Amino acid sequence: MNKGKVWKYGDDVNTDVIFPGKYTYQPMEPAEMAEHAMEDLDPDFAKNVKEGDIIVAGKNFGCGSSREQAATCLKAAGVAAIIAPSFSRIYFRNAINNGLPVIELAEGTDAMQAGDEVGVDFSAGVVEHNGKTYSFPPLPPEVLAILEDGGLIPHVKKVLNT
Amino acid sequence: MGHTFAQKVLAAKAGLDSIDVGQIVEIEPDVCLSHDNTAAIAKKFASIGVERVKDPDKFVIVLDHTVPASEEKYAQNHKEIRDFVDLNGIDKFYDVGIGICHQVLPEKGFALPGRLILGSDSHTTTYGAYGAFAAGVGRSEMAVLYATSKIWLKTPASFKIVIDGELVEPVGAKDLILHIIGSIGADGALYKSVEYTGEAVEKMTLASRMVLSNMAIEMGAKNGVCFPDDKTKDFLDGRAAGDFEPVFADDDAGYEQVLEYDASTLTPQVAKPHTVDNVSPVGDVAGTPIHQGLLGTCTNGRIEDLRMAAKILDGRKVAKGVRLLVLPASQEILLEALSEGIIDTLVRAGALMLNPGCGPCLGAHQGVLAPGEACISTANRNFKGRMGSREAETYLGSPATVAASVVTGVITDPREFF
Repeated sequence: MNKGKVWKYGDDVNTDVIFPGKYTYQPMEPAEMAEHAMEDLDPDFAKNVKEGDIIVAGKNFGCGSSREQAATCLKAAGVAAIIAPSFSRIYFRNAINNGLPVIELAEGTDAMQAGDEVGVDFSAGVVEHNGKTYSFPPLPPEVLAILEDGGLIPHVKKVLNT
Repeated sequence: MGHTFAQKVLAAKAGLDSIDVGQIVEIEPDVCLSHDNTAAIAKKFASIGVERVKDPDKFVIVLDHTVPASEEKYAQNHKEIRDFVDLNGIDKFYDVGIGICHQVLPEKGFALPGRLILGSDSHTTTYGAYGAFAAGVGRSEMAVLYATSKIWLKTPASFKIVIDGELVEPVGAKDLILHIIGSIGADGALYKSVEYTGEAVEKMTLASRMVLSNMAIEMGAKNGVCFPDDKTKDFLDGRAAGDFEPVFADDDAGYEQVLEYDASTLTPQVAKPHTVDNVSPVGDVAGTPIHQGLLGTCTNGRIEDLRMAAKILDGRKVAKGVRLLVLPASQEILLEALSEGIIDTLVRAGALMLNPGCGPCLGAHQGVLAPGEACISTANRNFKGRMGSREAETYLGSPATVAASVVTGVITDPREFF
């Protein structure tokens, strides 16, 4: 079980506030993207986020633009997983494609507060918080394979070379 | 039970007789779009280790997001894209000034009924207005499409949205879609395939249907389709880049939800800061001071939108202290507007004309907002910081509402001008 400190956000966190449009068409490496992560939502996030931290948010996380940097920047910032009742479909795909675990958790997220410790066992499909465990449905095998290979590009490289 | 539009298109692409909701298939899209993000996609593509784009004919690339380049880094980005296009023999390349991708693809005849179109842009849903199954994907996925032409897709459940009655001028498709999004929320159709039907949709122009399909993503939908008819066929006559076979949902298809609306009683609507589903009648915020009006974007930069604004602005002036930015969605629309005298009317009223492109919609250039400023815009998003400062506010409305508001300097119900 991987344990991490919670950053808590509300419903409908959109990709513009996760990674502003003004940077979207500039060439940028993931480490620099991480410096702008959550810039228009929580300016303290990029300064204080630690490797292994977990984002817990409300419904429809990642709505809006398809910009993949909104997933890449959080992965590069060290975020180990995002837990929310639902995700926008493009964000969900982008996160998996960047090797960033996204967990659709129907219950339990309301109780998880900023600074709490949350445990995640992705392969077992279990989230732990304050002594309670919550289970989430496993990803379809073809999608899980992408995540386990570290993202879509390494996954496709592997498939094409075997 | 019959099948929905999504089931029928995805089954056909997968070579299956039928397909269940939730079923995952690996398929080859007919058309793939990328824009200013192509250089970043090309870098991901290079990292896969495949030398050349597998099927260059499948890809359409349009430069539209930061055009023309306002800074050296954008110029470098565009240059890398031109080099990539040349190296891979991508013929369907539209350089700066041709227009916004979501306008250019239909104009060039690539948005066809029954086609599966994927784009590395969330508003790829726009081509649903032509009867295509069109959805957004990410950059990594587009890079893999360059390499293999294949992608996995899950078959979505479907919503049927039935819109009865007819819109009454100056109420338009934008007011309708804002009202729908406001009523079901930013995740109201999350992951669903939306089918827009009913008298109001049938009577709408293709340009108005594009507004509905464009903003399907703002309620979380995977795609939003309007079924093709004679208007679609007439538009595509002489434009269609290839044969096509329209696909219609079966009459007895299974829908997760059927939603009904009445267009005839609808009033002008706005989305208030800072979410697209924060919708109310214009009257509720009438009198709110604005500093800028934006007329254009992939949502409302078409000729009918410019015509509507010109109708209101003819013989009037943009209020003191207010800027009106106008960006036709494409060169074709700009030429049409010039020949109809619309540009003359708008400029005499005090509008500032910008080149076809995305402009300040995503806050990268050409008229971003300062802290404390408010903008009334025909765009599709009003997220915090979207148009520049995170201390600025963006209201979304129809071209008529934008035109009426820039004349008075405050948010105004356009019916006052009719």
